[in-house]
Amino acid sequence: MTDRELSVISAQSTWQGFRQMLPIAGFVMIFGAAFGLAALQQGLDIATILWMSALVFAGASQFATLEFWGAEVPVFTLILTVFAINARHLLMGATLYPWLQHVPPRRRYGVMTVASDANWAMAMQAFGRAQPGFGVLFGGGLALWLAWIAGTWLGVEVGDLISDGRRWGLDMVMGCFLLALVAGGKRSPRTILIWIVSAAASLAAYEYLPENTHVVIGAIAGGVIGMVWLEKTS
Amino acid sequence: MSIATSGWGPVWIVLIMAVVTLITRWGGVFIMGFVPIGERTRNFIAAMSGSVLVALLAPMALEGDGGARLALLTTALVMFAVKKPLVASTAGILVAALYRQL
Repeated sequence: MTDRELSVISAQSTWQGFRQMLPIAGFVMIFGAAFGLAALQQGLDIATILWMSALVFAGASQFATLEFWGAEVPVFTLILTVFAINARHLLMGATLYPWLQHVPPRRRYGVMTVASDANWAMAMQAFGRAQPGFGVLFGGGLALWLAWIAGTWLGVEVGDLISDGRRWGLDMVMGCFLLALVAGGKRSPRTILIWIVSAAASLAAYEYLPENTHVVIGAIAGGVIGMVWLEKTS
Repeated sequence: MSIATSGWGPVWIVLIMAVVTLITRWGGVFIMGFVPIGERTRNFIAAMSGSVLVALLAPMALEGDGGARLALLTTALVMFAVKKPLVASTAGILVAALYRQL
C-alpha cells in the first residue's frame, strides 16, 4: 500500500482502534484516579479537576501543575512547565507527518488532538508494518481520553472519603508517579548524565534563584546536554 | 505574574494548560509543513521532556521528610526491577504511609 492508502481514517478503523486500546485504557483509568485523588488532596475543587482532565488530557503535566498549586499559580512557570513536559507531542506530530500530510487539514489536526503516548506508539507500529495506523491513533485516543476522565472522577469520589491524606502517603502520589515515568525510560550513560545535570541545575536554582524557576532551569539544562551529546540513531 | 486559585482563576489556569498542550499536539505537524525538525532539535526536545520531571522531583527529594525520601527511593528501585509504573508508585506510597504510622 502507498502512504496515501495507509492514511485513510474510517468509522470502522476508529472503532477497531478504540477496542484495541481498551486494555491500556484500564491502566490509564487507574492513573486518572491517582490524579483525581492527588488533586483533591492539593485543594483543587472538583469541577476544576474534572475540566482539567477533560481539556488538558496529559497526565504528567497535570500532576506537575499540582506542585505549584497554592493560593496563586505563577503563569510563566505554568506555561513553560506544561510546554516542556508535553513537548514530546511535537515529536509525535513530526514522526507521524509522512502519513498525516495525506490527510485533509481538519482531520489531520483532529486526530492529533487526542494523540498521547500509547496510541502514538501503536500507530507508529502499525505504519511500520505497512498497515493503516490512524484508526488506533484516533479511536485509541478517544478510549484513552474517556478512561482518563472516568478515572479522574473515580479518584475524586474516593478522595472525598479520606481526610488526612499525608498520613497515608497520598501527598507522594504525584512524586512517585512522575519518578516512575522517569525511571521507566531508557537508561544509558547519556540519559543518566542528562538526569544528573538537570537535578543539579534544578537544586542550584531552587537554592539561589527566585521561587519556581528551578523546573524550567533544570529542564533546559537537561535539554542542552541532550542536544550536545546526540543520541545514536539505530 | 500569578493567577489566584479562587474565583475564576482556576478556569484561566485550566484554559492556559489546555491551549499550551494543544499547541504541542498540533505544533509538530504544523512545523513539519514548513521545515522538518532536525536531529539536534529532536534531541533537545526529547531530553527536555525527561529532565523537566527530574528538575521537578529533585527539590522534593531534598526537602522532603524521611517518608518522602523513602517513598521516592522505593519507587525508583521497584521501577528498575519490574518496569511497571503503577506497581512502583504504589510501593512508594505504601512505604511513605508505613513510615508515617511508626
